[in-house]
Parts: sequence; C-alpha cells; structure tokens
Amino acid sequence: MKNGKILVAPAMLWLSLFFAIPMFIVVAVSFASRTPYGQVIFNFTLANYQRFLEPLYIRIFIDTVFTAFVTTVITFAMGYPLAYCITKLPHKWQQPGLILVMIPFWINFLIRSYAWVIILRSQGLINTLLLNLGWISQPLALLYNDYAVMLGMVYALLPFMVLPIYVSIEQLDARLLEAASDLGAMPFTAFRKITFPLTLPGVAAGSILVFISALGMFVVPDVMGGAKSALIGNLIQNQFLSARDWPFGSALSIVLAILALVLIVLYYKAIQKQEGGGRNEEKLA
Amino acid sequence: MKKNWRSSALFAYALAILAFLYLPLLILTLYSFNNSRINAVWAGFTFDWYLALLHNRRVIEALTNSLVIATISTIISTVLGTMAALALNRYKFKYKAVINGLLYLPILIPEIVMGLSLLVLFSQASVPLGKSTLILAHITFCLSFVIITVNARLEGMHKDLEQAASDLYATPWQTFRYITLPLALPGIVAGALIAFTLSIDDFIISFFVAGPNSTTLPLYVYAMVKRGISPEINALSTVLMFTTISLIVIAQVLQPQHSTAKKKTE
Repeated sequence: MKNGKILVAPAMLWLSLFFAIPMFIVVAVSFASRTPYGQVIFNFTLANYQRFLEPLYIRIFIDTVFTAFVTTVITFAMGYPLAYCITKLPHKWQQPGLILVMIPFWINFLIRSYAWVIILRSQGLINTLLLNLGWISQPLALLYNDYAVMLGMVYALLPFMVLPIYVSIEQLDARLLEAASDLGAMPFTAFRKITFPLTLPGVAAGSILVFISALGMFVVPDVMGGAKSALIGNLIQNQFLSARDWPFGSALSIVLAILALVLIVLYYKAIQKQEGGGRNEEKLA
Repeated sequence: MKKNWRSSALFAYALAILAFLYLPLLILTLYSFNNSRINAVWAGFTFDWYLALLHNRRVIEALTNSLVIATISTIISTVLGTMAALALNRYKFKYKAVINGLLYLPILIPEIVMGLSLLVLFSQASVPLGKSTLILAHITFCLSFVIITVNARLEGMHKDLEQAASDLYATPWQTFRYITLPLALPGIVAGALIAFTLSIDDFIISFFVAGPNSTTLPLYVYAMVKRGISPEINALSTVLMFTTISLIVIAQVLQPQHSTAKKKTE
C-alpha cells in the first residue's frame, strides 16, 4: 500500500498542479473583472455570465449548438452503416478495417481542414475542374461559409462516431439474431427490432463524443469558415488572444466545460439504467 | 436475391464514405509533388517543395522544437504514467473518485478549455511562455493517455507468473524487473508512442501556451495556412501526416487485441 501511494503520487500531483488548479483559477477568473489593459482584477462579479446573455452571444451559442447537432446527425448517418459493414467483414479483416477508419482521426484537424481548402477554394480542385469542363464560368464560392464548416466538422469527427458504434454492434449477442430469423423475421426486420435498439448505447456514446468535440471546435471554423461562421470556440480563442478579455473568455469556457460534463454524466446515467434494465430482463428470462 | 442487393448497396455506401475520408488526404499528398506554385492543374512531378523545406530555417527550427518537446514530454509522461498504472492496477485506493476525476477529466474536458486554463495558470504564476511551458502542458495531456494504455495491458496480463516468481523466492524488485516489466513493455511502448504522437501533433493546447521563440510544426503550419496556400505547406502537411500514420500503426501492432482476446477466452 505504501509503495502504491509512492508510485501513484507523482502523476496525481502533476495532474492536480497542471489540470485541477488551473481549472479552479479559470473559475475564479470567470467571476473577476479586468482593467482596460487586460489585467485581471479579482473582485467578485457575475457580469461575465450576464454578458453571455446578450443577443450577440446567445446567437453564437445557438449557432454552435445547431452546427454541433447537424454534425452529429450527419456523422451518425454516415458512421452507422460504415461501422455495420466493418462488423460484417471476415474476422481477420475487421481490425484492419477499423484501423483504416481510425487513421484519419489521428491526423491533425488543421491538416485535414487544410486538405479541404485545397479542394474547395476558388482556384481549387473542384472549381478548376468545373471551369475546364466549361460547366461554370465563375468559380463557385465553396469555401468560407457555414456549409464548408459543417463539411469540415463532419470530416474531422466521423471516426468518433464509428468506433463506439462498431464496438456495440460487435458485442451484440448473435443468438438473438438467430432466434429472430428462426421465428421468421426478415433480415431488415431483425435489424430494426433487434440490432438497432440494442446498439443505441453505442450511438449515444458516438453522438456525445461528436457533439462535445464539435461544441469546442475552433480550428475548422477558423480555417474553413467565413467571417460570420464564428462559433463559441472562436469566441473563446478571441477573448484570450486578441480581445484580452480573460474574465469573459473564462466564463464562456466554464459554460462550455459544464455543458460537456453534463452531457457525459447524462450519458453514464442512461447507460447504467439500461444495463440495470438488461439484467432484470435476463433474470425474468 | 433481395438480400444480396441490399448488402451490396450497403458496402458501396461504406466504400464511398471511406473514399470521402481518404480522398482529401490523397489529394493533399499528390499536390505536394505537383510542379506548380499556384495552379490546381497537374504540372508534373517534383521533389522541390520537400527540398525547399529542408532549406527553410524556420521549418527546421519548428521541427527541432517539436522533436525536443515531444521527446522530453514522452519520457516524463511515460515514466510517471507507468508508475501510476502499476499502482492503480495493484492496489486499492481511497478517494477513488478523486483519482478517476484527475485521470479522466483531462480527456473529457474540451481541449480549448485545458489550453486556456494552462495559459491562465502560467500567466498568474508569471511563468514566461516558451518551450518549458509547452513541455509542462504536453506532459499534462499525455499523462492520462499513458496511464490508460499501460493499464489496459496490465489488466490483460495473467498474475500467475508474478505469483510463481514470488513463490520461488524472487524479491519484489526481481519479480518486477524480470516478470512484470517485460510483460508490460508492449503496453508501455504503445503508451509512449501515443504520447509522442499526441505531442508532435498537438495544435490547440500548444496554441495557448507557446511563446514567440517556441513555434512547433503544427503552429508553423497554422501560421502558413492563415497566410494562404503554398506548395510548401502541402509538403510539410504530408510529412506530418505520414509520420503520424506510421507511429499509430506501430502503436496498434504493439497494443493487445483486447476485445478479440476476451472473446476467445469466453
């Protein structure tokens, strides 16, 4: 036990010092105010949170939630069939298939967004192609708008959706599907009534991962979005690096972090409930 | 017949999505060899942009910074993380909730929040931003990943060998040195590779805690992307991309095939 404490202490001290304490300081700063030169003054105020309720910021917040929501829906529509196909591959191809989906996830958001800039910009691949084919006479404005941001988000976050769904389909009890087909269910009915409902926890996990990541994203809108496509991540980045309004930026990031954590807690609650329910059903059976 | 038609359509859809994932990366790679500075049209094959990188003093400086920061962060986070994983795997601790919070929250919290919280910490403590703050930040976000990766390996290990060693009067140190460490090594190496990749690749957190003389490769790419398109960025991005891919493939090969191994024993 004594050994254990000595071994675990350095890592935990490190995380306390460079993770927990900074978080507490950010909370403190979010209730502070600043001098005109950007110096933080610690006098308790709610002004930063009140400012968040101004129409301009509420608008950005709604835009962010909307973009994150649409991104989640599209990644689900793309990710579920992809994950399903991987589970249907011969066993030895499943791991490579999964790695193939996960590789882009490890490549920098920045580089992946930039790859789309090359394709979509006015002298980019698509516009050059269409111009040369004579289908258009003016380059299309494919980049620097909200659609480009959503495309970039979907592209960046798709692997987050695929992995949890793959795991949940792979863990599905194959006997249930056999039973369904023995009882005369068509494959699609079996999918609709058995596979899909039982893999919903995976869908929920993937959706939470995508939604939370999309909420905090600032690289994609920064590189692919136009002047009006600022999301909450860009707003936070701005408060810290150009506007030098750290108290307001801190308040925004606390709102973002709390939103993310609430979603994660709700997810765990839902999962625990379902596992409990599943156990009861087994008992009944 | 109907079923066949359905499953082929499904596989075609999946292939189209894979193409969606890989085509942009492929196009980026191709353009890095394109012998044209501004055009999107193919103008012949060239290595010039890669050679230009080698002669670009700022790229070399950014590369050196990235490598130094990643190496130091990897060593420290792997040592601290492996120690912690060994202890967490072996002993029961009080305050489990606090430990889990410290372990998982850095992964769950949005990266931008972690980045700015470190910026606030360093500025309140009057630590000047630079390579040292980058290293401190990188160790912090690598640590949880190392602990989780090493722990996964330790959980997949059988305890019999360690038991046998101590039955045969091996000292705890000998058991650790000759049994536990070699068995855990693939997990430790995988953890170290993940830490190295995360560090080399990090943009968001570095963006907040870097100083004027501590530009890393991703920060340099960002500065170039903001300035506009150039074939050098294509080349640099391609180099970064393939470095990441190779590191990840190696880490994957070293990691235990957790889910499949479990299935076979059931």
